[in-house]
Amino acid sequence: MSPTNYLLLSGLLFTVGAVGVLVRRNAIVVFMCIELMLNAVNLSLVTFARINGTLDGQVMAFFVMVVAAAEVVVGLAIIMSIFRTRRSSSVDDANLLKY
Amino acid sequence: MTAPPIEMASGVGSLAWLLFVLPALGALINLLAGRRANAWGHWLGVGTVVASFVLGLLIFFETLGLDPEQRSREVSLFSWIASGSLNVDFGIRLDPLSLTFVLLITGVGSLIHIYSVGYMSHDPGRRRFFAQLNLFVAAMLLLVLGNNFVMLYLGWEGVGLASFLLIGFYQDRPAAATAAKKAFLMNRVGDVGLAIAIFLIWLELGSLQYAEVFARIGEVPSGTVLAITLLLLLGACGKSGQFPLQSWLPDAMEGPTPVSALIHAATMVTAGVYLIARTHPIYDLTETGRLVVALVGVITLLIGAVIGCAYDDIKKVLAYSTVSQIGYMILAVGLGPAGYALGIFHLLTHGFFKAGLFLGAGSVMHAMNDDVNMRHFGGLARRMPITFVTFGLGYLALIGFPFLSGYFSKDAIIEAAFGQEGWQGWVFGGAATLAAGLTAFYMTRLMIMTFFGQERWKDFNAAASTLDPASGSSAGHDYHPHESPVSMTAPMIVLAVGSVFGGFVLYSIGLYEWLAPSLGELQELEGGALPHALVPWLVVAFSALGVLVAYLLVGRRPTPVQRPEPVSLPVRAARRDLYANAINETLIERPGIWLTRALVFVDNRGVDGVVNGLAAGLGGSSGRLRRLQTGFVRSYALSMLGGSVFVVAALLAVRFA
Repeated sequence: MSPTNYLLLSGLLFTVGAVGVLVRRNAIVVFMCIELMLNAVNLSLVTFARINGTLDGQVMAFFVMVVAAAEVVVGLAIIMSIFRTRRSSSVDDANLLKY
Repeated sequence: MTAPPIEMASGVGSLAWLLFVLPALGALINLLAGRRANAWGHWLGVGTVVASFVLGLLIFFETLGLDPEQRSREVSLFSWIASGSLNVDFGIRLDPLSLTFVLLITGVGSLIHIYSVGYMSHDPGRRRFFAQLNLFVAAMLLLVLGNNFVMLYLGWEGVGLASFLLIGFYQDRPAAATAAKKAFLMNRVGDVGLAIAIFLIWLELGSLQYAEVFARIGEVPSGTVLAITLLLLLGACGKSGQFPLQSWLPDAMEGPTPVSALIHAATMVTAGVYLIARTHPIYDLTETGRLVVALVGVITLLIGAVIGCAYDDIKKVLAYSTVSQIGYMILAVGLGPAGYALGIFHLLTHGFFKAGLFLGAGSVMHAMNDDVNMRHFGGLARRMPITFVTFGLGYLALIGFPFLSGYFSKDAIIEAAFGQEGWQGWVFGGAATLAAGLTAFYMTRLMIMTFFGQERWKDFNAAASTLDPASGSSAGHDYHPHESPVSMTAPMIVLAVGSVFGGFVLYSIGLYEWLAPSLGELQELEGGALPHALVPWLVVAFSALGVLVAYLLVGRRPTPVQRPEPVSLPVRAARRDLYANAINETLIERPGIWLTRALVFVDNRGVDGVVNGLAAGLGGSSGRLRRLQTGFVRSYALSMLGGSVFVVAALLAVRFA
């Protein structure tokens, strides 16, 4: 199968993730959309590694996974504590940090 | 001219450094020992100066024993400044000129120190006073003893500092503080001139030692020589209270009276005369420079004499008399080889009688509760006989009564002034003669108002006793004139004796020959505007006229206690110092204030405006920009996405365009 298809899928997933981040209010869903974007990028990285016949892209993908895992830990903890204090998981409600 | 060979001093002369170290030590100990020294500090001050005087006498007699050619000696102490091409040794020049000054400074200084013990006996700051007097004597000795211009400058500034401290001795009086500041500032104007002159000399000759500078001054272009002489004259004007820097000297009378006697009559103000006499090899080269010096002297001696006629403050009259007499000295040294020695001669005799007059004035003030207004005095001759007699002798010496000291020295100057050729002889001689008449007038007026006539102070006592005695308002006017203690009258007697015989003795023992190794032979002038034999008669006639006019105007009618107002235009002008202060204010002070105001305005509006405007602009735009931070997370996400897309699009566009 042509690598172009993988790239198209990757672009599609990324778009879905980006639109999800922009339009959804639930912090958990936004978070999952971010994961989706990260994994879309992973997919394209691996694809490019395949195209070029080197391992660079795959190594980069591992880095992204590690960072994503760490981010999940911190992000979920933040979402949990915000939910505990404000009884809401809407990102629009967390708007105190402004001008 | 050929410089006399300079030899190293041996014998007592090699101890010359002790001359100024002793008073400096006295000042140091008195300042550092604190209250512990209150009991004996003043005697230490007297002791160090007297010791300096004795040492000065020893060196003087040792020098007298030498041949006239060998009387200029040097003592090299140590290398003071050694930096590249600028090398200055700390050395002493012992020659007739400096020794003459040493004897005057330490001699008159000793008498005034002794007088101050009595005069300041009730003052809590007496120890500080003696420390500062000692500092002054040390600085003055350094000034006259140095063998190079840097040491001269060191002493010059030291004298300025001591004078500032002593004028402002009564720190709690605003007038004294202002007078001290004024003296310091006006001295500074002159000091700048002296400093630039020294820079110029070094620039031209690369040396500041007197011996080398005077030997090589002929190599300097004549324009530069003229500049150096004029700048040196500016320095002399500042220190000696000469036109146009004369107005600090009368204000300096805010200090204690011994200070007025020591600094502002006998020694410090003569530093300018010393400077010109010392640098006479430079002045010898420029006719124009000497002419300017003489003109300054003439203007000043007239100014001083005219203003002296109008004041009622006994110390200010004497101060303006000092201004006028130093004008004579400056005129004399401005006459060139015919006058250098005459200027120093008048300086010496003036040192005696003016110090005596000031001490007498201090004695009168001491008796009159520190009142200085002569209109409150009167009839004091019977109350204070010793003061009256000593003051009277000083007075006769000052107005040039025949065969008293002022007669010899002042007449010699006027003769030399008339001895000039052409218009200069008439102008210089005429002005000096006129001023001699004015001197006789104002001094006679002072004598009559103080020592003769009705006892006007009694009216104040009577008036005061009718006031409420408990209020204490009468304290300032409750006069009980009495003779001063022996420690005050003894120096006055010594100085009075000096005033009477000093001129004759100095004249007959050959002061001019003694000074010749330093100042060159005194030139006898031939011809000139008036025959020499006529001049003494003329001067005595003018002086007698002055005395007569003063007797007719002041002595024959009662002196009003209140100053008469309104008065004629000349009197009004003289009372206001011939508008010297007004002129300084209009020409220097006000433009200075305007300039500083303009600069402050530029600083506030211009420099600060740019900085503040920048900050305000940044602050304002930041205030608007922060509205972008809405707190709406998804809009941040959108802008991040938009930004990323834009960057990627831009990259692609660059790549494939």
